[in-house]
Amino acid sequence: MKKEHFQENCYVSGHTACAGCGQSMAVRIVMNTAGKDTIASNATGCLEVFSSKAPESAFGVPWIHSLFENSAAVASGVETALVHQGKKEGINVIAQAGDGGTADIGLQALSGMLERGHDVLFVCYDNEAYMNTGIQRSGSTPFSASTTTSPSGKHSTGNPRPKKPMVEICAAHHIPYSATSSIANPKDIEIKVKKALKIKGPKYLQIHVPCPLGWRSDPSQSIDVAKKAVETGLYPIVEYEYGKLTKSRKISSPKPVSEYLKLQGRFRHLLKDAKALAEVQQVADKNIEYYGLK
Amino acid sequence: MFSILAAKPKSSERNKTGSWRSTKMPRLLKKECINCGLCAYICPEGCIEGKDKNQYSVDLDYCKGCGLCAYICPKNDVKMVENQPQGESKEK
Repeated sequence: MKKEHFQENCYVSGHTACAGCGQSMAVRIVMNTAGKDTIASNATGCLEVFSSKAPESAFGVPWIHSLFENSAAVASGVETALVHQGKKEGINVIAQAGDGGTADIGLQALSGMLERGHDVLFVCYDNEAYMNTGIQRSGSTPFSASTTTSPSGKHSTGNPRPKKPMVEICAAHHIPYSATSSIANPKDIEIKVKKALKIKGPKYLQIHVPCPLGWRSDPSQSIDVAKKAVETGLYPIVEYEYGKLTKSRKISSPKPVSEYLKLQGRFRHLLKDAKALAEVQQVADKNIEYYGLK
Repeated sequence: MFSILAAKPKSSERNKTGSWRSTKMPRLLKKECINCGLCAYICPEGCIEGKDKNQYSVDLDYCKGCGLCAYICPKNDVKMVENQPQGESKEK
């Protein structure tokens, strides 16, 4: 880690993210790594709302928001226009979305972008629910998390469905690069963005970003929560190249999932329910086996 | 109905989000600093700056008091203290 990390500040103060927001931390690192020769598109979501409270913008690069579902499509258009004008060389195009704008609403546009082979880096900031509109369950919400549309209670232990494996869905398009990262290791985000931007073709990067409001965790523990997610095996850090798993962050001695769950209000109901807790442990164990994390 | 929906880059800087701080604020003790730069690197607001050992400073005009700098500091050189009302700009 060197003193002057970034040449230019491409994402500045004064945005209206909550205190301890994992997403704003990740955005700063992504934007400053990509540098000023970048054009970014954005899906609707927390990021769009807190970074661009009209008539202001926190971005120091050209940035466009159109709709919830078409971040990838807009970025495809930007990239195509640059190619036609012969200006693509040296300019990074980044499409950004939250997990709802990636896994649910924007999936079709994303798949199209990957299939057409645009030279775009798609970054998904995964906070595991629709936080902007009030913590509704998304396809990326983990198993057993309590949200406003999957509340825990007498007859429910939270979200009944497993998390959508977006990184594999993207890798299945046999794109050059598809990876997960997390603010648990902020340097890892920089390394992966740099690596992705050197590759020509469609790239997908999914970053785990704790949301203190939606996860009901302490703002000062955002990084700690993300670390526990990685160390328990609930958030595998993996890299796929051309559809093949090439790298995974090993966890030598996985922690029990309760270490991760007890930090968050959205999982509080599990701590009193041994059966439900064991089911979440199974998810972690399966991840460790499936992605070869040990 | 239609107007130009464009904003100047970096224009959010006019929002002094430091007024959001409710309970705690960071104080850089400037004793054990090893210039790793992690606090400035991870600050979600991007309001910590510095180039040399013990030379880092927090811009309290923007700091929301989340406390992540205190969490990440490997030398425990950042302490969260009782919040002080607005008024001062750069920490001395």
